[in-house]
Amino acid sequence: MQRFTFRTFPFLFGLIVLGALASGCKKNVATTPPAPSPAPAAQPTVTLNASPTSVSSGQTVTLSWSSTNATDLDIEPGVGKVAPQGATPVNPTTSTTYTITATGAGGSATATAHVDVNANPAARTPSAAPERPNMSELFSQNVQDAFFDLDKSDLRDDARIALTKDAEFLRSYPSMHVSIEGHCDERGSTEYNLGLGQRRAEAAKNFLISLGISADRMETTSWGKERPFCTEHTEECWQQNRRSHFVLAQ
Amino acid sequence: MARKSVILATSSVLVTAFIFLTVRAAAQDWFKTGTGLGITKARVAVPETVARSSFTQPLPKTFHDVLWADLEYSGILDLVSSSFYPLQSPAQPSELNAQTWAAAPANAYMVAYGNMTTDGTNISFAGYLSDVHNPSAPPVIQKIYRGAATDADARRLAHQFADDIVAYLGGGQPGVARTQIAYVSALGGNKEIWVMDYDGANQHAVTHLHSIALTPRWSPDSSRIAFTCYVPYSGVTSAQICIYSMVSNRLIGFPRFRGTNSSPAWSPDGTQIAFMSSLNGDPEIYVVDADGARLHRVTFAAGVNTSPVWNPKTGKQMVFVSDRGGEPVLYLSDSDGSNVQKLDLPDMGYVVDPAWSPNGQLLAFSWRRPSGNYDIYVMDIVSRQLAELTKDEERNERPSWAPDGRHLVFESTRTGTRQIWSMLADGSQPRQLTFEGQNESPNWSPK
Repeated sequence: MQRFTFRTFPFLFGLIVLGALASGCKKNVATTPPAPSPAPAAQPTVTLNASPTSVSSGQTVTLSWSSTNATDLDIEPGVGKVAPQGATPVNPTTSTTYTITATGAGGSATATAHVDVNANPAARTPSAAPERPNMSELFSQNVQDAFFDLDKSDLRDDARIALTKDAEFLRSYPSMHVSIEGHCDERGSTEYNLGLGQRRAEAAKNFLISLGISADRMETTSWGKERPFCTEHTEECWQQNRRSHFVLAQ
Repeated sequence: MARKSVILATSSVLVTAFIFLTVRAAAQDWFKTGTGLGITKARVAVPETVARSSFTQPLPKTFHDVLWADLEYSGILDLVSSSFYPLQSPAQPSELNAQTWAAAPANAYMVAYGNMTTDGTNISFAGYLSDVHNPSAPPVIQKIYRGAATDADARRLAHQFADDIVAYLGGGQPGVARTQIAYVSALGGNKEIWVMDYDGANQHAVTHLHSIALTPRWSPDSSRIAFTCYVPYSGVTSAQICIYSMVSNRLIGFPRFRGTNSSPAWSPDGTQIAFMSSLNGDPEIYVVDADGARLHRVTFAAGVNTSPVWNPKTGKQMVFVSDRGGEPVLYLSDSDGSNVQKLDLPDMGYVVDPAWSPNGQLLAFSWRRPSGNYDIYVMDIVSRQLAELTKDEERNERPSWAPDGRHLVFESTRTGTRQIWSMLADGSQPRQLTFEGQNESPNWSPK
């Protein structure tokens, strides 16, 4: 192996010089296919939904949308450019009509969704008001995190048990929104862990969906290994850091 | 075997300075990258800068020290030890005794020299590079470098002179003495994006987001830095792509997507950004115009797909990390996501942090083999030949190429804390650039 490597040294050197001198000889790309004949560009379509459509001031509404044939989407007021499909939480303080404008090669299309906001907090549903002060306490007492094996994002039995209890709790507070945050231990790489943490958060979210919790009550994100719960370099500590952590969304 | 001896002999300066490394080199795969290798390096003498005025600060000495360090680290020449120099430093060509410099013990091929003057406010350095084997010819470089009478400008002028010398002796390939390195530092309490000169000088925070900033990547024109940021929105904080303008010193608008968004990478023409996004649930690679328009997905495989890099020479291919087959390893594809192939390595392990060399020929990455810790490797993409650049020194991760293709910057925990290091692309001359706090994720500016 070693001798082989050294023998190839001039070859490598030659390649590098060649590469520097004549990048044109890099690779003969397969013959370019003829440019497709220009078809008339299709007219974009777009839909926009708000859920719920009536809230108290400061409560969260989820806007969701989808589009076809659009390259550029914009939701006003207050959201801005968005992806062709997606959803985002908004917190309107007054009744608002959201407008999405989809622009593509074939023109543009718009759709709207109206949200009624009851500006008077006293007029909230009677059941919601008394719950509010204890909500975060109740949440931390009842909602359990899900823990994972090294480099894994599939749910162990203990995680399924915890998430089943979480689903019961979330079912009894149907207006509650949560953020599910994926975490990893320190041994993986920073960038890969951001992806792995997202997989863990997503696994918890999908399990809750299978138990009947609405997808639009849950946002997911990953903290990778950036916010460890425990900083010792031991397996016990690493296990603490491999989790999907539930946070009450405001 | 004979060829190996020649290689080691021609790098005799390295052998002297890094006996430890060289002993290791004999026991591992080893190659050199760059232009002009295999040729005996030019021997360059750099006598002290002659002060032609009285200076209140030691600016001529600063200039000389920085010039010396730049040339020593250029990887393309050998500096003649100053103990072999004639007693008198030449200030200008008429004072250069070419024969003395060309003869033993100096045996110099080129002499870089000059004089500095000041009026108290500004400085001026008259710099010369003379071929002492061709004394009748005019200097190959003669140039006036001007700046303010400050330590920072003395450094800047020395970097300019060094780059001119390296460009001349390096076959036109520009030097990197005026490039910068972006990185993540938690020195101020939160992880922010910092920038320093390529030699570790002038370290300063660029962002002040008081959150967590990760994975900085310079745009090809070095005017912007894209990075991973955590931004609160409607009570939910998530990982997003942020772009900071180094021209207007502020964040530039970029759309927000659902879930986790990270690891941005610029296309070589600067018009597009590839990044990981979980906007549809699974972490996949998407490409979007730098202004946020025309989002499209390029990977379609369950699992984590992240850390995209474009072939900087052609823009037609990408390498990224995916765990679709189990452990995270590298995959090569066309930049539209087609023709995916796994980059097989001769051992198992966790392969991450791809970095594509500026000439498009080499791929640097971090590899945690089953038997060890993370180390930096370089692969020739066509032949798949491998070289290990770091070995058994704690974790060595996240390589990034200098624009000359002769240097790499990376993060290492070899001192007990996570710090930024640079090295020549053959693994020699490791140089620690940061010393305080924890620092990570370096990215070398393309200009």
